[in-house]
Amino acid sequence: METIKLVYPVDGGDLIEAGEASSKMKLTLKRLGLPPDVIRRASICMYEGEINMVIHADGGEAQVEVGMDEITIRMTDTGPGIPDVDQAMKEGFSTAGPTARELGFGAGMGLPNMKRYADELAIETEVGRGTVVTMKLKIPS
Amino acid sequence: MQLNQIREILSARVLWGEDHLDREVLSACGSDFMSDVLAYVKNQALLLTGLVNVQVVRTADMTEMNCIVFVRGKVPSESIIQLAAERGIVVMTSPKRMYEACGLLYSNGLRGDCDGND
Repeated sequence: METIKLVYPVDGGDLIEAGEASSKMKLTLKRLGLPPDVIRRASICMYEGEINMVIHADGGEAQVEVGMDEITIRMTDTGPGIPDVDQAMKEGFSTAGPTARELGFGAGMGLPNMKRYADELAIETEVGRGTVVTMKLKIPS
Repeated sequence: MQLNQIREILSARVLWGEDHLDREVLSACGSDFMSDVLAYVKNQALLLTGLVNVQVVRTADMTEMNCIVFVRGKVPSESIIQLAAERGIVVMTSPKRMYEACGLLYSNGLRGDCDGND
């Protein structure tokens, strides 16, 4: 199988609608016939990333590459950046506002959940310029 | 446990998926924090929640849950039910409170299937 590249814009305007891109990716991964466990983990990773993007960065873009043995999800935004990544990785730490909490997020679980389900997680961030979160998930043969 | 048993135990009303009540669920998760739900992933699970918005359905969809039960008599809007229907997720509403709903299912044999580890 050749590497398949997918690009999903994430609309920053509406937290209610967040999750649409992840939902589309999930359907595509299903069509490609990937193992259910990988689809579920990839969907959760991207969903948490999408929610984060909408809460903190006014949207952005998700690029997904599906290769022979690996899925790479790269989420890029031009938001405020993360001043202290170690702190952001701690379960329970959150800077999200009341709207996110009303929707059941903002409990400081987003990045920890991404780390839990991705095989690799890398965060490149610069305050005032934006953040790129890259997650890799191995596809078992 | 089949969904029709769950409906009976929780005195629930089915809002979508009357034709799918023979589905089996193996475990359940009760939470209003969707990130907590996303941290919990088990096969063929049921979600009990008091939170009513579209992200509940998206969370259930991402985690491949079979059914959502809204507790304390909460009824989601038509658009929320519609999204669940599109994703094939059964939706019920139960007059029970969260604690009671979870306790009833647990004591009837539906375990959380959670070993305390990630």
